[in-house]
Amino acid sequence: MLENLRNFFSFQDINVLYVSLGTIILGASAAVVGSFTFLRKRALIGDAIAHAILPGICLAFLLSGTKNYLLLIVGAFISGWVSILLVDYISKNSKIKEDTAIGLILSVFFGFGVLLLTYIQQSGNSAQTGLDSFLFGKAASMVQQDVIIFSIISILLVVMVGLFYKELQLISFDENFARSIGLPVKGLIFMLSSLTVLAVVTGIQAVGVVLMAALLITPTAAAKYWSGYLPRILLIAAFIGGFSGFSGTAISYVAPNMPTGPWVVMVLSLIAFISIFFSPKKGIIAKAIIQVRHRQRIQDENIIKTFFQIAEAEESFGEPKTIKMIREKRYYSDKLILKILRRLKRHGYLSQTKEGYFLSSFGQKKAARLVKLHRLWELYLTDYLRIAPDHVHEDADTIEHLITPELEKRLEEKLGYPEVDPHNSKIPYD
Amino acid sequence: MVGDAISHAVLPGIVIAFLWSGSRDSVTMLIGAGILGILTTFLIEFFTNKGKLQSDASIGVTFTWLFALGVILISAFTGQVDLDQECVLYGEIAYVPLDTIVLASGLDIGPSAIYLLGTVFILVIAFIILGFNQLKITTFDPQYAISLGISATLWNYLLMSFVSFTTVASFESVGAILVVAFLIAPAATAYLLTQDLKKMIILSCIIGILSAIGGHFLALSINGSIAGAMASVAGVLFGIAFVYVRITSRKVAKITSAEPINA
Repeated sequence: MLENLRNFFSFQDINVLYVSLGTIILGASAAVVGSFTFLRKRALIGDAIAHAILPGICLAFLLSGTKNYLLLIVGAFISGWVSILLVDYISKNSKIKEDTAIGLILSVFFGFGVLLLTYIQQSGNSAQTGLDSFLFGKAASMVQQDVIIFSIISILLVVMVGLFYKELQLISFDENFARSIGLPVKGLIFMLSSLTVLAVVTGIQAVGVVLMAALLITPTAAAKYWSGYLPRILLIAAFIGGFSGFSGTAISYVAPNMPTGPWVVMVLSLIAFISIFFSPKKGIIAKAIIQVRHRQRIQDENIIKTFFQIAEAEESFGEPKTIKMIREKRYYSDKLILKILRRLKRHGYLSQTKEGYFLSSFGQKKAARLVKLHRLWELYLTDYLRIAPDHVHEDADTIEHLITPELEKRLEEKLGYPEVDPHNSKIPYD
Repeated sequence: MVGDAISHAVLPGIVIAFLWSGSRDSVTMLIGAGILGILTTFLIEFFTNKGKLQSDASIGVTFTWLFALGVILISAFTGQVDLDQECVLYGEIAYVPLDTIVLASGLDIGPSAIYLLGTVFILVIAFIILGFNQLKITTFDPQYAISLGISATLWNYLLMSFVSFTTVASFESVGAILVVAFLIAPAATAYLLTQDLKKMIILSCIIGILSAIGGHFLALSINGSIAGAMASVAGVLFGIAFVYVRITSRKVAKITSAEPINA
């Protein structure tokens, strides 16, 4: 195992170098092209193309009788193209939705391809062996010639994306705007589709029909969790694509009976899952933490405010309050109140004696500010937006947690440091 | 497209069921695939709703991952699993008659696939007849269904499990990709031709049967894959229906536009 690993990274076997280079180039360029179809929300069109090229390959073989690589690619290209046109035509000219059209075209084309393939296999033409490498991929058996072809096509793809970057960006984010400033949108979509077909035709030989969609979709899906800026998304996606291609190759070299393509996709998917869960800003876990913190803060502030309200009603500032008193004002369960009180104590808002809890001076300041914000907002709503005084409480209850110090200052100035709120309650200032 | 995703994603379920039971026991395989079908549906919805990933991308990411996992499992246990990639992808219906069930008494009661498919067929029919109203409401108006107290989620998952069962049952015969042709093509053709759900279901059955028979003869005449030919015929039938609908709707459009406009 270790021996194999060392062999792999020393690249003594020239074929290892070719296969690694090939899969890296394929992974990276498919990711870049895939980003744009992803952003146009047509990620699955790549899946359709991948399946639809099979009849093209078979027909090219049947017509030429030889396994000329270039002819097969041309055949694949044409049938991939026809499939996109048909999906567009069907979804525009009938009530059938685009995803149904995609599923329909991909399966029917593939079925027709399988029919032709079996026909060829049974016709006894000896040149046919290896045609099914288009189906399952043959990453492990790439030779120098393949890598050269891949590199040329990939460079072409990346150069085209680079040249038309602005235009592609526009049609990905705002097609209507692109049209309104006079861009040839139809031509650009045609170009993007051609690039996608080309990426699929080459990539399919590394990972096979079914998994091709992953090379186009998954890197971008992962990259979007790390950045919202398109050039960076493209870079990250290309890196993820290339890295997965390389890792897949390494794994299948170290464990010889492991297939390359599925491992490439496995690595890609794992990276995507890590991104979806653990990305520090957009990940599911980060979002959940933010949500919990937000909810806790609102609970904390509500309880602090309740202390003030009880004290205000009984004119008993500084005297301890019990859980029972709090519950009468705030409809939380005893358990929740106790939890919040403990948290507040830990953060220094509260102190506890035998008789109960009371606000620290720090907590009193906080409570006064919250009540002030609540009442200022009520006043603002009644004075400036002409909302009836009995309708303003709910809104103020929400906004009091969100008002920033800057906003607080502007409110105070605009309202002229008022004494009382619309319900004649005194507004507390520091 | 979810049907397409499920048909690919059930692969690891089948392989695990196969490793676990050690045989091509249909019931275990159906259970394995059913679980994976539900898991797939769940993952897609999870990524879309919680992860805020656009829905087409979450479908793509989920099914390619599970399919890759399935292929890896097959490779890892090559010696033990009597499944191969080609069989998974395009199956071979011609071999179905060879795999027959022989009773203890030595009586040959016919191909096992027929019994499996027959059972699933009856289950599916029963599901659709019993759940017709619920399925109809949750499909067309999930909001309304919820207001009536019908759980749209539950019925969605039930439907997806049946999609998985059907997929697995068909998969030995036609493979994971071509089963999609049969899930989508007849229904899409029928959808073009009628507005009525009941008529659409019956019509799609007829179209399915026609493509199976037509495909069979096509394959025999050129000595090719039967499943591939069936999918091709289904595609041709869709094409005919599409052209027919286009022509008739154009006629209607002409008649209406030829009428004088009284402004």
